[in-house]
Amino acid sequence: MLKDLEQRFRTVAPRADFVSLRFVCERTEALSVRQDIVQPVQTAEDTGVMITVLDGGGIGYGATCDLSEAGLRRAASDAHDWARRSAGRTVIDFSKIAMPKPHAEWTTPVQTPWASVPLGDKIALLREQCARLKTDPRIVDWSSGLYHVGTESLYLTAEGGRAHQRFSYLVPSLSATANEGSETITRSLGGRGFCRQGGMEVIDAVGFRTAAPELAAEALALLTAPNCPSGTMDLLIAPDQMILQIHESVGHPLELDRILGDERNYAGTSFVTLDMFGSYRYGSDLMNITYDPTRPEQFASFAVDDDGVAATKEYIVRAGILERPLGSVVSQARAGVAGVANARAQSWNRPPLDRMANLNLEPGTSSLDEMIAAVEHGIYVKTNCSWSIDDSRNKFQFGCEWGRLIENGKLQGLVKKPNYRGISESFWRNLKMVGGPETFVLMGTPNCGKAEPNQVVRVGHASPACLFHQVDVFGGE
Amino acid sequence: MNQETNAPSPTGAHTDVELQGRFLELADHIKSRLHGGEDFLAEFSAEKSDFVRFNQAKIRQAGRVTQRSISIELVDGSRHSSAGITLSGEPTTDRARVDAAIEELRGRLPHLQDDPHLLFSREVHDTEAHGRDETPDAGTALAQVLDAAAGREFVGIWASGGIYSGFANSFGQRNWFSSHTFNLDWSLYHRADKAVKCGYAGFSWDEAEYRRRLDAALVQLEVLAREPKTIAPGKYRVYLAPDALSEIVGMLSWGGLGLKSHRTKQTMLIKMVEEGWKLHPAVTLRENTKDGVAQNFQSLGFIKPDSVTIIEKGVYKDCLVSPRSAKEYGVPTNGANSYEGPESVEMDAGDIPEAEVAARLGTGVLINNLWYLNFSDRPSCRMTGMTRFATFWVENGKITAPLNVMRFDETIYRALGEKLVGLTQERSFILDASTYYQRSTGSWRLPGAMVDDFTFTL
Repeated sequence: MLKDLEQRFRTVAPRADFVSLRFVCERTEALSVRQDIVQPVQTAEDTGVMITVLDGGGIGYGATCDLSEAGLRRAASDAHDWARRSAGRTVIDFSKIAMPKPHAEWTTPVQTPWASVPLGDKIALLREQCARLKTDPRIVDWSSGLYHVGTESLYLTAEGGRAHQRFSYLVPSLSATANEGSETITRSLGGRGFCRQGGMEVIDAVGFRTAAPELAAEALALLTAPNCPSGTMDLLIAPDQMILQIHESVGHPLELDRILGDERNYAGTSFVTLDMFGSYRYGSDLMNITYDPTRPEQFASFAVDDDGVAATKEYIVRAGILERPLGSVVSQARAGVAGVANARAQSWNRPPLDRMANLNLEPGTSSLDEMIAAVEHGIYVKTNCSWSIDDSRNKFQFGCEWGRLIENGKLQGLVKKPNYRGISESFWRNLKMVGGPETFVLMGTPNCGKAEPNQVVRVGHASPACLFHQVDVFGGE
Repeated sequence: MNQETNAPSPTGAHTDVELQGRFLELADHIKSRLHGGEDFLAEFSAEKSDFVRFNQAKIRQAGRVTQRSISIELVDGSRHSSAGITLSGEPTTDRARVDAAIEELRGRLPHLQDDPHLLFSREVHDTEAHGRDETPDAGTALAQVLDAAAGREFVGIWASGGIYSGFANSFGQRNWFSSHTFNLDWSLYHRADKAVKCGYAGFSWDEAEYRRRLDAALVQLEVLAREPKTIAPGKYRVYLAPDALSEIVGMLSWGGLGLKSHRTKQTMLIKMVEEGWKLHPAVTLRENTKDGVAQNFQSLGFIKPDSVTIIEKGVYKDCLVSPRSAKEYGVPTNGANSYEGPESVEMDAGDIPEAEVAARLGTGVLINNLWYLNFSDRPSCRMTGMTRFATFWVENGKITAPLNVMRFDETIYRALGEKLVGLTQERSFILDASTYYQRSTGSWRLPGAMVDDFTFTL
């Protein structure tokens, strides 16, 4: 089928400065068991193409789910027409941008393909794990789930560029909700953050088969735990909260299209300005952030981005100093700075823009025990459950499912509803210790929202546990 | 736009009635493929949209999206499963895709178990609502939009075109809904994060109305050019304009209004349900499908009632009940969608004349927009979020300065309960500008709210 599509594209591509086609076929399968009852099994297949035309300095796209020659011709005509209409009115003269001509292949390394495990076996697994969450009458809701996405994409340029990529994504989930009176606590398997590329082997890599009893026990224990205390104190953050901290207070503010103002009407602007790159102290010397879409098992890895730029690992923040933004080929041309391969679109019906892919905090050298021992008075938190940050990505407030006191270098009792707040531009300078490779965990988020028209994309993050000094911490009502 | 070029090329997309005809043909085709004892439910969704996003009154991206899909649920006794597929628009191709989907579903059912919570409508309720297409040519309207804003820090998106949805089942029910709208959602910036947020949405474009709104925004922009004020964390009297209030009310849709969230104790309104906590008697909240713009049918064939009162005079009244929850908990459904969230939200008006808002506020904060809300203590319905766009410091009834962004952290029981001073007489009708996966048909009809002792924390 792709051969036919390629031939049709060559036939219909209009004469213009640049023409590309991006085909995406995405098949999703959602399996879940709630309260020991198999929920409706849902699959969906979404297939279509976007044709992009740059001509006379303008830009246009036409997206369609009609893959016939006539359908592609109409999409190409729509794209060309918008390119002509926008010429002379665009944020940059698009004819001046050298678009890549890729030649690339990507296939997610898979040990046990999703399709190789019978549906009945997957449901049996989910039923087993779901049942293990119901350990007490106070567990009032409990569920297990597997969400698989298989994506095939083909990117073509009229000048002969071709990138064919096939991805397999898996998102396992477990959740236990405990209640007593009007107090309700939920514990989950890292939210939906234990998501990776791969096959069924992912579920073992993230502890899906073993986590249920502990999650239920923690939900019950938190029901009767005291509220997290308020005050300024040290904060030890587990990887399943660190990924959110990286995502919101490093990733989004460094997106170059935000810095250029494109997102000001929706997702927001950034406290970061172009003059900061190369000199701004974002964090302490221990802060090393990399953009790495090359790590095969991580959630948002690829061979080329949706503008055909080859994936490479780049330092974004090195030893605390801000080096480069998350800016794609178009944004780089507009801003005149080096960026990364991060033009990404949700699917065939949305145009690519500056996105995170895998944005990771590189591991340090401290063990978890050493970090706990270094805390005189503080809180250890796990698993994000609440996130909020201002439109400049500066003033944030995050909440976690689980908290535990640390006093005089030792872990003490559980505390519920731990929240903390801070300001991105100063928070990372209080990074006091960074966990070693043994605390480093690969995670991500399946639904990062941004852009107009709105888009969600898969984003990967990896982080060790980290200790921050003097954070404003508080609990519930 | 360059005016010398023609209107967008023919897309081959079909008209409203043609699309409906194609859907009905497919529904009949699905029925012809059923085996004895099988039933089907099918939900159709399509849109043809022009999207243009702009920054500094210049175009960043512009294009057209034509998409259509169908979700087929195959039911055999109490076993069922669904498959969504993209449709090409070409009948032979689409019938083949539907056939393949049905075969896949049929092969899947033996591996499933009987679903004790399966409920779908067996009564036939046909409905048909065709929206008239008076939307403008996007290129022509955009030329007017950008010409008027030239040289300004003008950023946002234009979205326009047709939205179509349909439902069919093996019992013969057929529903159709179409709507043709435009939604210009934009901000006018002074500098940094100081901006006026505006919108102009509707069915037929009026350049004069757009220019009136742009001029009004320019007046507000002059105030935003003043030296901004920073306030210390603490409690302040605030006025939440309808857009700001929509963010707070919108948070209640995060699993707060559905029956499942009540029975599993996960609703953030649990203190109203379990302990009888109340909001201010001025607060009446309902899902008003009749006066909204969303369709009145849902994916399992049930027709929504004109209105469901959720909170009446501060007291929790009814939940939104999906068919699945209805079967699980043994109560009637009120046609809620599967996630039991409202789509056409309405709050009763109050008695504060909008013209007196600043005077009645006295000294405090006038908040036009809030941003990025989330819960800091869900069972206590305590939420946090940020002020955004045009937020002003008011002294002695006069706007004196723009306010630098502030974080709030407050419970709904205080903000819309004991500390609610009142609601405005006038209400705004806000069309949801959301375009995730497809253009939204959600809406809010809300007053503004005056609140005492609103807590800012950062």
